[in-house]
Amino acid sequence: MAQEKEKEVLQLTEVTVRFAGDSGDGMQLTGSQFGDTSALFGNDLNTFPDYPAEIRAPAGTLYGVSGFQLHFSSSDVHTPGDNPDVLVAMNPAALRRNIADLKHSGIIIVNTDSFDAKNLKLANYTQNPLEDNSLSSYKVYPVPITTLTSTALKESPLSMKEVTRCKNFFALGLMYWLFNLPLEPTLKWIDSKFGKKPDIKSANETALKAGYYFGDTTEIFENTYSVEPAKLAKGTYRSISGNEAAALGFIAASERSGLPLFLGSYPITPATEILHYLSEYKHMGVKTLQAEDEIAGICSAIGASFSGHLAITSTSGPGLALKTEAIGLAVMTELPLVIIDVQRAGPSTGLPTKPEQSDLLQSIYGRNGEAPIPVLAAATPSDCFNMAIEACRIAVKYMTPVMLLSDGYIGQGSEPWKVPNVDELPSFPVNYRTEKEGFAPYLRDENLSRPWVRLGTPGLEHRIGGLEKQNITGNVSHDPENHDAMCKLRLQKVNNVQRDIPDLEIRGDEDSELLVVGWGGTYGAITEAVDRLQKKGVKVAQTHFRYLFPMPKNTESVLKKYKTVLVPEINLGQLALLIRNQFLIPVEQFNLVRGLPLKSSDIENRIVELLGGKK
Amino acid sequence: MSNNIDTTPVKLTQKDFASGQDVRWCPGCGDYSILAQVQRVLPELGIPKEKIIWISGIGCSSRFPYYMGTYGFHGIHGRAAAIATGVKVARPDLSVWIATGDGDAMSIGGNHFIHTCRKNVNLKMLMFNNRIYGLTKGQYSPTSEVGLVSKSTPYGSVDYPFNPLSLALGSGATFVARSADNDLKHLAEVIRRAADHKGLAFVEILQNCVIFNDGAFDSVTGKENRTEKMLFLKHNQPMTFGKDASKGIKLDGFKPVVIDLTDGVHSVNDCWIHDELDKDAARSFILAHMTDHPELPMPFGVVRQEFKPTYDEGVERQIEAVTKKRGKGDLQKVLYGKSTWEVS
Repeated sequence: MAQEKEKEVLQLTEVTVRFAGDSGDGMQLTGSQFGDTSALFGNDLNTFPDYPAEIRAPAGTLYGVSGFQLHFSSSDVHTPGDNPDVLVAMNPAALRRNIADLKHSGIIIVNTDSFDAKNLKLANYTQNPLEDNSLSSYKVYPVPITTLTSTALKESPLSMKEVTRCKNFFALGLMYWLFNLPLEPTLKWIDSKFGKKPDIKSANETALKAGYYFGDTTEIFENTYSVEPAKLAKGTYRSISGNEAAALGFIAASERSGLPLFLGSYPITPATEILHYLSEYKHMGVKTLQAEDEIAGICSAIGASFSGHLAITSTSGPGLALKTEAIGLAVMTELPLVIIDVQRAGPSTGLPTKPEQSDLLQSIYGRNGEAPIPVLAAATPSDCFNMAIEACRIAVKYMTPVMLLSDGYIGQGSEPWKVPNVDELPSFPVNYRTEKEGFAPYLRDENLSRPWVRLGTPGLEHRIGGLEKQNITGNVSHDPENHDAMCKLRLQKVNNVQRDIPDLEIRGDEDSELLVVGWGGTYGAITEAVDRLQKKGVKVAQTHFRYLFPMPKNTESVLKKYKTVLVPEINLGQLALLIRNQFLIPVEQFNLVRGLPLKSSDIENRIVELLGGKK
Repeated sequence: MSNNIDTTPVKLTQKDFASGQDVRWCPGCGDYSILAQVQRVLPELGIPKEKIIWISGIGCSSRFPYYMGTYGFHGIHGRAAAIATGVKVARPDLSVWIATGDGDAMSIGGNHFIHTCRKNVNLKMLMFNNRIYGLTKGQYSPTSEVGLVSKSTPYGSVDYPFNPLSLALGSGATFVARSADNDLKHLAEVIRRAADHKGLAFVEILQNCVIFNDGAFDSVTGKENRTEKMLFLKHNQPMTFGKDASKGIKLDGFKPVVIDLTDGVHSVNDCWIHDELDKDAARSFILAHMTDHPELPMPFGVVRQEFKPTYDEGVERQIEAVTKKRGKGDLQKVLYGKSTWEVS
């Protein structure tokens, strides 16, 4: 279809699109369909859903606006894009909430039908912005999307309300036409989703095609755009979000360790999908328990670990706070357990649907007593898969709870993922202790790990618990010397993980004056900033922590090589504090806690500023 | 074979169930007799001891696992039921027991208590009720009576207590019973019945704290009062008590009343016949709430038993059913997901 068009096709290397509308308008669905299609087409991409905490806020209101941003390109993409090139605004509130982010001369596609007096008022517009020339610095394409959708569906037996609900597919079809993307992937999706409801299926198909043909026949667009497929490494790809990747990582770890998988969890945004995904895989033997609260979530996981399972609990910041005491119990009983914290903006309930990196100190230090645990962080959506396996490997090898940090941005954002071959995944078969001779519950191996006994093993009956343990025997001990020795031993055990993790790597110009140090979900933004500066001839280096506690062996030597160390974080300086404290070096910070991913352009400006250049 | 735990019966003795650790409860504590009865009953079940797991929270009662020769886990305050749920769901082949107290189970662990009852996890829960916080040295507990003078209520408690049996019934426990630490035979029998129940078995054991609440139950279980104040429930038997079973309980509408079986007016035929399996839970609640009326004797024994599938069994069955329907999962296919594309 695309080839038959007469309109000029402008080639672009990358585009950032934001879909925005009421939270009931289906913007998340529209955005993820567009993303899947561009991925299938071969673009590299990165997505970011930005939605309100209210499920269905009153229609037309500013606080009910839901957005989905995606960045697709013919080359490597690391972020969902700083500022959109194209904004699809389904109502005045969506326009008002998002217009400030749009690039100068950016494209706006608006649903003019929703620009009535009531909706304008709800969005605090005293005049219609489509008529008062206030949008003159943008390319505005006014489209009566609701009217066109209902005209296209005038034969449909669906009610007017149901027909109107199809308007997001009209908008999606129009966007496919504008960017020369195929309809087939979404048609296939509609079929699989609504196959059993033929009226809805057919209405959505019709709306999608109507949007596409509208673009083709209308005179309002001068040209269309096209983004070539990216040159990705050879292989089989799929689109994956961080939460799904983490769930799959745990399943893979279960298979590669030979341990049955157990998840104890309580629903909490933005971590809940991990519980959803794992609940799907009963045929992989996965057991999931939706507990009565966060504490029962982790305590049931500790019980499962004691019984010999690979045990996981998933949560976000407020839930992590509730699990604190139980993590200490797992430290004392030296049981393997993975806690995945999909961080959100705090404190307290904070901004439940918005990402932040503010649980780092809570993860490392937030427990009573000396209770060290390894802390890991995933860098991208697909990296959640690798790090989930890593967290499990370390937990069972060192008989310790392990914290894996993700965040709402990489947890719910998605990117193309080259699906690994199962045989190439790490394998770490676990041997439970079965030998009676010489057994004691707190015996130590070369890593200082204690033996793991599967419950039901004859002759190895023993008791463990939260009271201080005598080393080796595991008996309750109140001896001062023993407590001192055990506190140091538990720390040493966690520090031993350092022998087992990769060194920090340097990206960019190793001989630069400035090193940008990141951790977790800011990887994409930092990478994009560094790459862009390098293209401009600025010398800059980058390193990224996936292991926060303990840190990699070469951390000190890497950090001390650079005159300036810059740590951008979505918190008020938590990694910066850790680095200063451990290595006694000055650290420059860049901190924004807006409940949004960092923008690469902001990081770029900060680097330039530190290098003495002008912003 | 006991309670669906498939095992080859083994010959064990009371001694096999002792851990060898010195028992450190206060001399005269009711916990000693509970430990002794548990160690007496467990060998009778024919379950190998490596398949028996004791889990506890925090408090005097929660030291229990340390003294048992089985696998044991001394958890954190209030969380025994949650930890035990994890063990049982992961490993339905094990016999999982909880030792807890009135503070541990009904106060800080209240949420886990009600939900574990509701889910009907196949666990055995012995709650040692001494109506006091012992390990923190004597504060009133959620089962202490109004007016109790304790360290934290020097002028008497103005707080209302829970009725543990009623709370368990209201939360959907499928086996609800009561015994006392000083009635060894009865206690052993109730523990045996709990062990045999498939589903959540809740047993309230009235337990004397010699240090901080000594004699709390004397008015009921004391030597001079027990004949008149303890009502021993027997399935399908009329409720009688008193010397030579001279008194009975009659159900007058919703109200239990004491009748004199020697007055020539009443006979044993007027007595309420105890039905553990009563379809109508209302009568079970009436029994539980007799505790609130000092003029009535306090019921002991199995108040209610119900049979329904357990949570852990439901989890297993669903895994089997889904695996049968979808086939055993293949990791590579799971990683590919629903839609992939090739880059060549």
